[in-house]
Amino acid sequence: MEYFLTEEQKTIKSLARKIAEERILPVRAELDEKEEFPWAIMKDLADADMFRVFVPKEYEGLGYGCLELCLVVEELSRICSGVAVSYAASALGSFILIDYGSEEQKRKYLPDIASGKKLTAFALSEPTAGSDAAAIKTTAEKVEGGYVLNGTKQFITNGGEAEIYTVIALTDKTRGARGASAFIVEKDTPGFSFGKKEKKMGIRASATRELIFRNCLVPEENLIGKLGMGFLMTMRLLDRSRPGIGAQALGIAQGALEAAVDYAQQRIQFGHPLISQPVVQDMLAEMAIQVEAARALVYAAARTVDSGARNFTEASAMAKVFASDTAMKVTTDAVQICGGAGYMKDYPVEKMMRDAKITQIYEGANQVLRNAIAVELRKRKARTE
Amino acid sequence: MNIIVCLKQVPATTEVKVDPQTNTIIREGIKSIINPLDSYALEEGVRLKERCGGKVTAISMGPPQAEEALREAISLGADEAVLICDKAFAGADTWATAYTLAAAIGKLGQYDIVICGRQTLDGDTGQVGPQLAEMLGVAFIAYVSKIEEVAPQRLRVRRMVEEGYEVIEAALPAVITVVKEINVPRLPSLRGLARAKSAAIPVWTAGELGLDPKLVGLSGSFTRVIKVFSPQRTCRGEVLQGELEGQVECLVSRLKDAGVI
Repeated sequence: MEYFLTEEQKTIKSLARKIAEERILPVRAELDEKEEFPWAIMKDLADADMFRVFVPKEYEGLGYGCLELCLVVEELSRICSGVAVSYAASALGSFILIDYGSEEQKRKYLPDIASGKKLTAFALSEPTAGSDAAAIKTTAEKVEGGYVLNGTKQFITNGGEAEIYTVIALTDKTRGARGASAFIVEKDTPGFSFGKKEKKMGIRASATRELIFRNCLVPEENLIGKLGMGFLMTMRLLDRSRPGIGAQALGIAQGALEAAVDYAQQRIQFGHPLISQPVVQDMLAEMAIQVEAARALVYAAARTVDSGARNFTEASAMAKVFASDTAMKVTTDAVQICGGAGYMKDYPVEKMMRDAKITQIYEGANQVLRNAIAVELRKRKARTE
Repeated sequence: MNIIVCLKQVPATTEVKVDPQTNTIIREGIKSIINPLDSYALEEGVRLKERCGGKVTAISMGPPQAEEALREAISLGADEAVLICDKAFAGADTWATAYTLAAAIGKLGQYDIVICGRQTLDGDTGQVGPQLAEMLGVAFIAYVSKIEEVAPQRLRVRRMVEEGYEVIEAALPAVITVVKEINVPRLPSLRGLARAKSAAIPVWTAGELGLDPKLVGLSGSFTRVIKVFSPQRTCRGEVLQGELEGQVECLVSRLKDAGVI
């Protein structure tokens, strides 16, 4: 369908597809099997200027927006969402710095992020704080010259691989969510170490790890924005990044649809290709409708973010929920169409099905996001009464 | 360093179709690409620039659409590009091609190294590189698989030979042709693609190169293509069956019959 992408957007999308097909496709099964972080591909993405996409022009980026980032993530995910999320996580770990960082902080960190020399990570979740993000326990205590961090972050994407971490910690325990602040913590800061690397169901090429802070002294100048603004910044960040998870899910679903059509075309049963069976046609048509609808919603949400709208909670939640539910359904059906072969690791669809599941869970579980959408509906109703 | 990379736009297929009337390649309906081995030459040129500083100029003799290949070269790291294009250049054999390229290189001025692919996907002769060196009157090294060292006025490379490699030194300027073992060509970058889109690519004609139209293109060619065809496959393999001893006897008698033993 026609999405009226600009020439530049088409260029970004087609280059991301080229990288995915030429560099990721040949190694995706091996990366998945070995749970190996895709450093060589991160280098390819860096050489192709992909990390510049989300960094402002003033800091050696290309200054593109949410839609362009979504186009890259969609194309990478079509081949391997484990690779895609490693790339996207570096955007997630940069946005608070980009939006609220001081000129000095941005000059110091963003050029290396733009060139892909350094990856970033965003650290919010803790063992006791998932959907209930305000329940974090990691503290940042003010001392002479800085803040001392103590606590453990859990399930951090790019943990251990990234050089720059945006960490949310409590600077005032008595104020709850209003007492959280954001800090830049560099790898190799004394007192900052990594816990176990998680073994995952899907997106296995990506690194997911614990971050451990034990009396970790972070210099004063690494506080991002104002004290106590950490939670608000985080909510805004996730509203902004959620279309990206939608794009990830969309890419997975697109890849699965293509694999299912290929298989249905080639597989002969009862003397005919599978695709000539009405029941299979019906499944494929339904999958195609869902994928296209997800694409329309993801692009529309990304454009809403880029429009400068004040509130895009609803739009980005809708895109994330719909696209991730679509990815789960479409990959499950793709495995069904590919039958026994689809269940085997020699075919890509079982990986896609494993990869799809996380998109319904992270950056806001779909149940929590449906709740957020309902809250917006009630607010709107209340305003019109 | 002033680095010149010669490249050719070729059909993106090894199944080249030939017009039986004119014996020239049918380009219609087939996607065109940079000759794969030339993309290794370009990558090596860009790496050399990244190592030693300087400038990479990509040149191509071809029809107007070869400009696309040159834009692609810019997206892959070339700084400048020149298209050598004139109806008079059509139908050139390797001699006339090298003659024209040499004139263009002369017009570009001072250079340190010219890098070409070993051969093209379509013509497959591998002659333009060495002929070019001859016409420029500079050193030539074929089948380069690694540039070991670049010093002022001097170059040391590995060149592939049948049973290994040789290490060769040459004075600069020189012409080298490269094999695919030399590097892994990069993918384009977004900034490169943006530069490629807006780059001005000058077109040089026979007149601008000061070339006599009789000495270029088909009329300047010493060779004529009489016929182009795919050779018939006449030999075929056979797998002997049965007991090992029987197979050995059968093999020996077949070899005797064939006069091999």
